[in-house]
Amino acid sequence: MKDLNILASPSAAAQAGGEHRIAAPGTAMDSPPQVPLRALDQLWFQVSGTVCNLRCKHCFISCSPDNHSFWFMTRSQVAAALAESVPLGVKEYYFTGGEPFMNHEMIGILEDTLALGPATTLTNATLLPERTVGELARLAAGSPYTLELRVSLDGVTPEMNDAIRGDGAFARCIEGVRRLVGAGFLPIITAMQSWPEADTGRILGDFRRLLADVGYHRARLKILPPLLIGEEARRTQGYAPSIRVTHEMLHGFDLDQLLCARARLVTATGVHVCPILLDYPGARLGDTLREAVERPASLAEQACHTCYLHGSICANTGGEGEF
Amino acid sequence: MRSVAVFGGVYSNHLALAAAVEDALARGAEALYCLGDLGGFGPNPDKVFPILQDAGVRVVQGNYDDSIARGLDDCRCGYTDPRDNHYARLAYDYALRMTSLGNRRWLAELPPAIRFRLGPLRVLACHGSPRQVNEFLWETTTPSHFLAKLAADADCDVILGGHTGIHWSRRFAHKGWYVNAGALGRPANDGRTCVWYAMVSADGERLEVEHVPVRYDHEALAREMAGEGICDEFVATIRTGWWTTCLEILPGKERARGHF
Repeated sequence: MKDLNILASPSAAAQAGGEHRIAAPGTAMDSPPQVPLRALDQLWFQVSGTVCNLRCKHCFISCSPDNHSFWFMTRSQVAAALAESVPLGVKEYYFTGGEPFMNHEMIGILEDTLALGPATTLTNATLLPERTVGELARLAAGSPYTLELRVSLDGVTPEMNDAIRGDGAFARCIEGVRRLVGAGFLPIITAMQSWPEADTGRILGDFRRLLADVGYHRARLKILPPLLIGEEARRTQGYAPSIRVTHEMLHGFDLDQLLCARARLVTATGVHVCPILLDYPGARLGDTLREAVERPASLAEQACHTCYLHGSICANTGGEGEF
Repeated sequence: MRSVAVFGGVYSNHLALAAAVEDALARGAEALYCLGDLGGFGPNPDKVFPILQDAGVRVVQGNYDDSIARGLDDCRCGYTDPRDNHYARLAYDYALRMTSLGNRRWLAELPPAIRFRLGPLRVLACHGSPRQVNEFLWETTTPSHFLAKLAADADCDVILGGHTGIHWSRRFAHKGWYVNAGALGRPANDGRTCVWYAMVSADGERLEVEHVPVRYDHEALAREMAGEGICDEFVATIRTGWWTTCLEILPGKERARGHF
């Protein structure tokens, strides 16, 4: 799966509310609800496009070594968007793909970012040799801001993980985690919930034991609900045809729970609503960040329903709470 | 007004609050401000109210105060991990049960923010951020340009905030400062048993910020907490200075500085 991670209680966002609720925009009832940007708190970068060294069976945008739908961003492209982001008051920067560390300029990109604010990189941790981890540690030590590594690991055994992420991914990921922890990082380990809810307690315990075995004794764990699009729709099932976010569902709903109310995604070829909707042409909002923040997001896709149910699960601490 | 004291979350730590009031007045504070979250974590929440009222402390309403006042079923601290929410629930249920109706009414009347001038500087005192009562502004996840936008949107020079429990401050513009007062309610996850408040003074357009440690009888508080049946994890934090709960919300750098 592309590496989103947060442990979100089911329906947390749907239940959230309070003083910051805003009304659903009044549009024609047969058109999808529109969500204006409240504030550009999160700026995401599709920094390795759709190119990944793995071919995970649950990837919601079907990233792989040969998916070149979106190409790598250059350091100068990222720097231009960073400069554009400053007057907009961005709070957090996120880097995703594909696998971000396939981008040969990733260290420089993070260096530029950490001069401005906190950076989170979503990675499968299979491309983290000692030299790269050492560079990351150097960047982290030299910045006043946090550098977070969110590592996708979808099982507590090679059999469980590699059935989804491919042969050998488990061992390489664990080695990457070992190096990160050895360098002083506390990576956020992310797993898509592929097990029955009743097993969650046992599996979380298994994760903690596994990570303790590689020296990670206070593991930060995030469990994600599956997104039933891309490869996951083929692996299990897609959304039922009737699943949509409707105007009626948004009455009294806190729209700020949705990532699109607080974020935009920059790619090598334009600015989109969010990482989940990368493959949807209607979710491309413009060539520049300035254009994209002026345009509302459309909740036209079935995947928007997952965000409606669980909140902005992409964020480090999203999914519940109030804006 | 040139010099004020700013208290963060009290979390029912009446012993630290009394010590901080005395210390701030001895340092010449012309006014005392508290940024809300009076209950939770510590024992006997009603004990902090007469201390605040007798000292004339100007109090901002935190998310906790609003929840207690309205009798909501959740503190709305903004945690997103079940482990954090588990312990937040323990603290909140006790605080709600133990806060008198009269004090809940007093909490309901607190303002969400207070504006005042410190010399030529326009100051906004709030709980989380000017835009959101329970927004976490940690030192390592809060860019200076983000603070500048918050201040511009709120039409102020200086933002006084709390909510995170760990003190820090930063100048982000010529007259722009953010000051997180930390908390009086529990230590700053640094292995020291003291708690912290901030003395904030204006020298012309320059702000001077001093984060002040407060030593108090933390053993007495720990005994009182244990006597109230408050969970061992909270008591251990008072005794050791290390956070044992509500850790998942911490950014990586702040988490790495702690013990757990």
